[in-house]
Amino acid sequence: MQQEVVLALLAKEPSQGYQLRARLNDALGPLGEALNAGQIYVVLGRLEKTGLVSLEGVTGTRDGERKVYALTPSGQERVSEWLAEVTWPKPDLAEFHLKLIAAAAAGLADPIGIVDAQRRELLRRLRDVQRAELEEPDGSDAALLLEGIVLRLQADLRWLEACEANWTTRRRKQ
Amino acid sequence: MTKEEATKGVESLLLRTQGLRKEYGRDEGLVRAVDDVDLEVTRGETLAVMGPSGCGKSTLLHLLGGLDRPSGGELWLDGKRIDRLSERGLARLRRWDIGFVFQAFHLMDELTARENVELPALIAGRSSRQAGVRALELLDQVGLADRAGHLPSALSGGQRQRVAIARSLVNEPLVVLADEPTGNLDSAATLEVLRLFDHLHASGQTLVIVTHDERVAATADRIVSMRDGALVDEIRLTGGTRANLRDLMTLER
Repeated sequence: MQQEVVLALLAKEPSQGYQLRARLNDALGPLGEALNAGQIYVVLGRLEKTGLVSLEGVTGTRDGERKVYALTPSGQERVSEWLAEVTWPKPDLAEFHLKLIAAAAAGLADPIGIVDAQRRELLRRLRDVQRAELEEPDGSDAALLLEGIVLRLQADLRWLEACEANWTTRRRKQ
Repeated sequence: MTKEEATKGVESLLLRTQGLRKEYGRDEGLVRAVDDVDLEVTRGETLAVMGPSGCGKSTLLHLLGGLDRPSGGELWLDGKRIDRLSERGLARLRRWDIGFVFQAFHLMDELTARENVELPALIAGRSSRQAGVRALELLDQVGLADRAGHLPSALSGGQRQRVAIARSLVNEPLVVLADEPTGNLDSAATLEVLRLFDHLHASGQTLVIVTHDERVAATADRIVSMRDGALVDEIRLTGGTRANLRDLMTLER
């Protein structure tokens, strides 16, 4: 779990770990199922050590104590920096591209067969994500995230189509 | 294969083609738009046909729906051979057994949503009362009960396509054939239509969808790919589980 995500979730108000988890789950929907429940507490502990959050208090409940965390001034600053950062996950296409080129050059495998296998896998994922998206209620935050993943998969599938067209043409020329 | 053997075939088989061909031109200019296609669609299945434009997928759909006649091969629907039907027989088939959905909706501009849905039922000989009740039911199913009295011009693209889908269902067809049903729609409207196809699928409606939209194809049970008139690949989209979603997102760094 990225530390900045936990920090930023805490920026709304001093909160307990389980409240942050609830916010994460709302935002991520079915994708949040991947999160390890204990991870937030581990991150909070680390953030406390580095002085980005502080323990604001402890609430006693029937089943034990719950720690309330708050951002420190340096935590606030880190959140602002993070929000202003422009980040873009690099698409990792080179490996696949080189796989096709190497396979064709060595005559080891049919590039079109490789493209087809990849296409099948991406279509299956697209189906899963889209199904999850269709099941989200109107106005769900998670639906927007799922839509983003759908569009990325769609872009990848279009690229595979271009790969297939390209390798089909090359094969004909040979 | 004799007629007997074919009709005896698996109960679940609804649509089948064998060596289906459609050719245009002759000699040097011969174009095989559909080239020796063997295809089987089972009852309740959603099949997507994908391929680049000009690959013959729309022509194939027209053949399946009796909008066009094949140059050769066989076409069977619900145990009956339909490629040799008379013009009258084909017209009957299109009216009763097939529902069509097109990219450009093809609604009548001067008719309300409800009248558009009623029309094929009236043409098929139902009473106006029956047709009216059925049309309202279907508009309700596609989430447009409150738009029944609207003209198409007062509806969004996604709503128009939902009216067209309701219309395709009015005579309870054996199969709905859709040709690029989201081709004219933005992403939100595409989702509306996909959600509707999902409902149809759940209700057991057989669907054949020709599309180049990966999102539409991903709602199907099976995808076949076409190139130069021939089927070149088949993908069965089964076994998707939620667990796969976990691989799609990372919050680590």
